[in-house]
Amino acid sequence: MSTPDITATPDIGANRSRKKASAQRRPGQRRIGKVLLGLLAWLVGLLFVSPLLWMLLTSLHAETDASTNPPSFFAPLTLESYSNFFGGGSGASPWPALINSAVAAIVSTLIVLVLSTMAAYSLAIRRIQRWSDVLFFLLSTKMLPMVAGLLPVYLVAQAFGILDTWLLLIIIYSAMNMPIAVWMMRSFLAEVPIEVLEAAELDGARLPRVFMQILLPLTAPGLAATALICFIFSWNELLFANVLTSTAASTAPVFLTSFVTSQGLFLSQVCAASLIISVPVLVAGIAAQDKLVQGLSMGAVK
Amino acid sequence: MKQKITGRAVTAAAIGVVGALTLAGCGGAGGSSSGGGNEEVNVLMVNNPQMQDLQKLTAEHFTSDTGIKVNYTVLPENEVRAKIGQEFSAQAGNYDVASMSNYEVPTYAKNGWLTSMDEGVVDAEGFNQDDILAPMAESMTYEDKIYGEPFYGEGSFLMYRKDIFEKAGATMPENPTWDEVADLAEKVDGAEKATKGICLRGLPGWGEMFAPLTSVVNTFGGTWFDENWDAQVDSKEFKEATNFYVDLIKDHGESGAPQAGYTECLTNLQQGNVAMWYDSTAATGTLEADDSPVKGKIGYVAAPVKETKSSSWLYTWAWGIQKEGKNQDAAKQFVAWASSQDYEETVAEELGWQHVPAGKRTSTYENPDYQKAAEPFYKQTEDAINSADPKNPGVQPRPTLGVQFVTIPEFADLATGISEDVSSAIAGRTTVDKALEKGQKQAEKVGDKYKK
Repeated sequence: MSTPDITATPDIGANRSRKKASAQRRPGQRRIGKVLLGLLAWLVGLLFVSPLLWMLLTSLHAETDASTNPPSFFAPLTLESYSNFFGGGSGASPWPALINSAVAAIVSTLIVLVLSTMAAYSLAIRRIQRWSDVLFFLLSTKMLPMVAGLLPVYLVAQAFGILDTWLLLIIIYSAMNMPIAVWMMRSFLAEVPIEVLEAAELDGARLPRVFMQILLPLTAPGLAATALICFIFSWNELLFANVLTSTAASTAPVFLTSFVTSQGLFLSQVCAASLIISVPVLVAGIAAQDKLVQGLSMGAVK
Repeated sequence: MKQKITGRAVTAAAIGVVGALTLAGCGGAGGSSSGGGNEEVNVLMVNNPQMQDLQKLTAEHFTSDTGIKVNYTVLPENEVRAKIGQEFSAQAGNYDVASMSNYEVPTYAKNGWLTSMDEGVVDAEGFNQDDILAPMAESMTYEDKIYGEPFYGEGSFLMYRKDIFEKAGATMPENPTWDEVADLAEKVDGAEKATKGICLRGLPGWGEMFAPLTSVVNTFGGTWFDENWDAQVDSKEFKEATNFYVDLIKDHGESGAPQAGYTECLTNLQQGNVAMWYDSTAATGTLEADDSPVKGKIGYVAAPVKETKSSSWLYTWAWGIQKEGKNQDAAKQFVAWASSQDYEETVAEELGWQHVPAGKRTSTYENPDYQKAAEPFYKQTEDAINSADPKNPGVQPRPTLGVQFVTIPEFADLATGISEDVSSAIAGRTTVDKALEKGQKQAEKVGDKYKK
């Protein structure tokens, strides 16, 4: 927050010159307004973080304390739920599921980035004919509810014998994220001044070089934003993973649901598991933070 | 010129993608593809505490003896049902064994999705099929062959807080009728601050509200279908039973009843919010656990009745072997181990008697160690399960198996739909009669499918 003197001084000056104005706010009022705004920001911030904090607190309680109503805030803390997550309860290790999720999310994100950047190039810079129709087609693939494709995908995968493999998850996640990535990358590439590219070509740079040395650095924030979104979507995906995988390729969200039981208490364990599974996304988000802020606002101003 | 460059870039990208996909093609991290020729069993099961114990004990007590590796997938109840349905109906062969209830087993067997247990499990050394409680075995028999072996089982009975009853000067008969229970609920309601009379499930769902409610309907003389598949949902008895159930909840039931299921009622009884609870015998595991605040304070009596002699339901989590599963022999060995008396003794040794997946074998209830560990409830549990008759649970002949459900695949949707309206009736938004008249029409449609 800024110090009060800086804001107060011009206020006083302004007041002096327009003393007649009866509706004029006094500096005190303005300061109160600022404080209130600050408070409001804090409140809203806390409101958004509170579910996370609640999860953290619940995950640190024993199961019996986590399930009481009214909640027992000050119950003793324990790391039991975390040790359960890492196999202390049933002996089931979370690592295969985490590795599966990481492989599916990272590989599919890389594929999507490569393909969507190339597609975006032909939709934003060297535009193909009827490029807007192509964009609309890509968007329209998102209009079908995911679940409608579930059974056909399952049957096709069964026929090809690729149920429960990384390959299937990677294909699905790449396909799932491709339209959104193309749209995002198109808007980022459209920001690149065409003159820069023309200058490079005049200097004799070929397309790969234009891509590597001009387009990619210029759109790095956009790439980061797209990559993060694709990663988050693939990492969090549950519906398809639940149906299409079984023992070999099942992912972290599927593993997470395995803590839910209809006979007994599970709140604390599920909170612990959710928090741990959210960590990679948080890390990716923090790592890409600087780029992300640029990236997310980049396409906004035309 | 330009085209050539583009072509090269595309080729490079394509190679990258293909490379990535090839790398990716090698399965996943979870199931180690067995290179050494060791046998494996893939098991899909519900995440209940008994299954968690099983996971813990498998490596040391099964894999080390047989060399068979067991890969478990555990999911919550609703997800596991959906997944098992999809897996078995497609006969996808990803799983060899799945946990299923006596609601699914007869239908699955009829559809030819299951391998019979008669060879390899029933006749396995030391398995002793005759030891399985008769109603359990019967509920999973189709055309004289056994298709499911119980892992653990449950009936239903009435639980009550002995201390609260004493304070209120009420006495619980050993074989109460529902009318007596209603009177008692009135008497103990408010005996302690914030303590209601009874907890009964009001949460919609065929496996939630309609588990206890159907057993009430049975003993009131009602049924879902008569033996000719004529729907009886709007019959006098069905309405009377449901009205009784809903009124009892409204007058002396738990707060928040339309959202209260098994878990909520369990918490209510544990925290002293209710004095009675009619529900599954499996609740004893939590109620009598060492860290339970009500350990030793609960009395157990038979399920309340009206027209019938007994009214306990019958439910089991059992093992079914998928017909197209790839490891049939290993799967049978696994089932013969997990459902055996030996396994129960292993659990008792390693984790204690209160962890034993009981409710399926006579020998468990004859074991003095178990009797001692489960002193307050073992007799009532065994009686409850043995009193249940899956063929003839009410006053009239039934078209198919099932006590608190009808073993047809349509039942889940049918009962869940009606339970939503009954739940609304508890909340006061509609009436029971309206809910059941609407339900009758849906039940008729289902019944018509089975009429010959």
